[in-house]
Amino acid sequence: MELDKIEEKDLKMGKANQEVFSITLQELAETNKDIIAVTSDSRGSGKLVPFGQKYPNQIVEVGIAEQNLVGVAAGLASAGKNVFAVSPACFLSARALEQIKNDVCYSDNPVTLVGISAGVSYGALGTTHHSLHDYAVLRAINNITILAPADNFETEQAVRLAAQHDKPIYMRFGKKTMPFLNENNKTFEFGKGRVIRDGDDIAIIASGETVYPAWLAAKKLEDDHDIKATVISMHTIKPLDLNLIENLAKNGRPIIIVEEHMVTGGLGEACASHLFQHGFKNPFQIIGIPDEYTVTGSQVEIFNHYGISKEGIYKTCKKMLNI
Amino acid sequence: MTKKELQMKSVFLRKNLLKYIYKAKAGHTGGSLSCVDTLNVLYNRVLNVEPSNFRDPSRDRYIQSKGHCVEALFVTLADRGFFPESDLETLCQYQSHYIGHPTKKVNGVEQNTGALGHGLSICVGEAIAAKLDHKTHRVFTLLGDGELPEGSNWEAFLSASHYKLDNLYAILDNNKQQITGYNKEVMNIDSIREKLESFGWAVKEIDGHNLEELEGALNNGPFETGKPNFIIAHTIKGKGVSYMEGVTKWHHGVPTPEQYELALSELTEAEALI
Ligand SMILES: Cc1ncc(C[n+]2csc(CCOP(=O)(O)OP(=O)(O)O)c2C)c(N)n1
Ligand SMILES: [Mg+2]
Repeated sequence: MELDKIEEKDLKMGKANQEVFSITLQELAETNKDIIAVTSDSRGSGKLVPFGQKYPNQIVEVGIAEQNLVGVAAGLASAGKNVFAVSPACFLSARALEQIKNDVCYSDNPVTLVGISAGVSYGALGTTHHSLHDYAVLRAINNITILAPADNFETEQAVRLAAQHDKPIYMRFGKKTMPFLNENNKTFEFGKGRVIRDGDDIAIIASGETVYPAWLAAKKLEDDHDIKATVISMHTIKPLDLNLIENLAKNGRPIIIVEEHMVTGGLGEACASHLFQHGFKNPFQIIGIPDEYTVTGSQVEIFNHYGISKEGIYKTCKKMLNI
Repeated sequence: MTKKELQMKSVFLRKNLLKYIYKAKAGHTGGSLSCVDTLNVLYNRVLNVEPSNFRDPSRDRYIQSKGHCVEALFVTLADRGFFPESDLETLCQYQSHYIGHPTKKVNGVEQNTGALGHGLSICVGEAIAAKLDHKTHRVFTLLGDGELPEGSNWEAFLSASHYKLDNLYAILDNNKQQITGYNKEVMNIDSIREKLESFGWAVKEIDGHNLEELEGALNNGPFETGKPNFIIAHTIKGKGVSYMEGVTKWHHGVPTPEQYELALSELTEAEALI
């Protein structure tokens, strides 16, 4: 693949995914007057201030009240509106969990829940502001698609598809500037992992903002040891791309999952469960946040601490390959 | 501490919280400046809490529901000797316990807050326990006005009056603003006094930057026997720094070097007038 020839310095940097979310939503809202953004004093962090100025009739503000946010969004959706409920991922997926479970998923109201500043994007604001549980709790709820786009391309596609989708969706975004990852691969479909890089020796499955360090680690493995690593952006956590996972596992290569989430209940455990139940015995490792009092610091510091970094992923891969 | 010393303390705490926000390049500046007078009066005039009795079950409780204004709390606790002020040099750094919200890892902090709309319910529990155990200590919380729309607050308002918790004091830092702008535009909470009275609370309204009025309200409860106490402290977001006062972006704005110097010189001028 051509992308393998790209050097780190040549990667085209884009914007923060949550900014692309807001730009895309604005574009959609211009022609689709049913699009409504619902916010909870969150339009600043959701980059929706320009949206609110341009389309004052397409934004509903509920104040700091996330449960109300999701309930109101469900009502709007039920009445035929195309609703994006936007709030920090931590509050949206914890505070409003019952509204998500009952009013959105169980009652099947097609709301798109947009969790901003997800994972540990809020860094030193601490655990109240981290969402390291959202995949886990939402995976355990029926009738919701869970998305964590890796780059600006995936983000734009996800938002456009969400506007046409008639089922509940949760998508989470971070606030870090992201590079474009594999511009040659222009396919994006819910439930289909995106191949960012291809190689037979080891497979790294990542999601959201962890795909970038996974790609860097893969590059370094090739540069230093001529190890060819596949890197997958598993942007859809649910429904999981089981075909792809099985295909990756078939040649017996080690599989590493990287996620900005607690290891408990995350993408890694979802992959492990499927592989184990289908008789696969690949070496398997999950790099994520362990079940402990999360170390304090910025997102980068937390990532480095737990090995969710170029160096950390590189080291784990080497260990699994015994080199 | 004399009245004048208490006033000087407020200026000192303002300077200090700005100092550490400036150093950490992060913090909730506007809301810390609006509530720091309340914290000053609480810790220097009202609360029966100090480092030596912090584990005593009969101590007064202070749980900061608007946890984002942690800088005001940290500088006040440091000043009262709960930890060395130099600890704050590590604010928001890797592996520091001094993060952007209160946590119990910091001596003097009662609860881990930061998600809005939690403090009051915890205080209701503390206040019920005090009644059950026939203890006379009081329980205080500080709420933001933008925080009020969280439904849990209204659940707690009901339970506090249901259980006749006159040992409970909820202080509203009524600076009229939140992240997006004015409460009025984001989610109107007008007629707070009437709302709270109809929920069975005894309500007092004061100037939240007048230390005597703060002390008068916080030390002279219960306002009515058998009713929880609600203090509407009218404040100004960014109070004490002219270019921050009432300006939305200073909710979590961090001053530039020039702005920081200007803020300090304004506060020094204010100090000279005391
Ligand atoms: C449950 C929850 N939702 C959202 C936030 C994000 N947030 C932090 S501060 C803030 C505005 C708070 O406004 P207000 O209560 O008026 O505080 P103040 O003006 O005193 O700073 C918001 C929305 C949060 N911390 N917790
Ligand atoms: Mg306020």
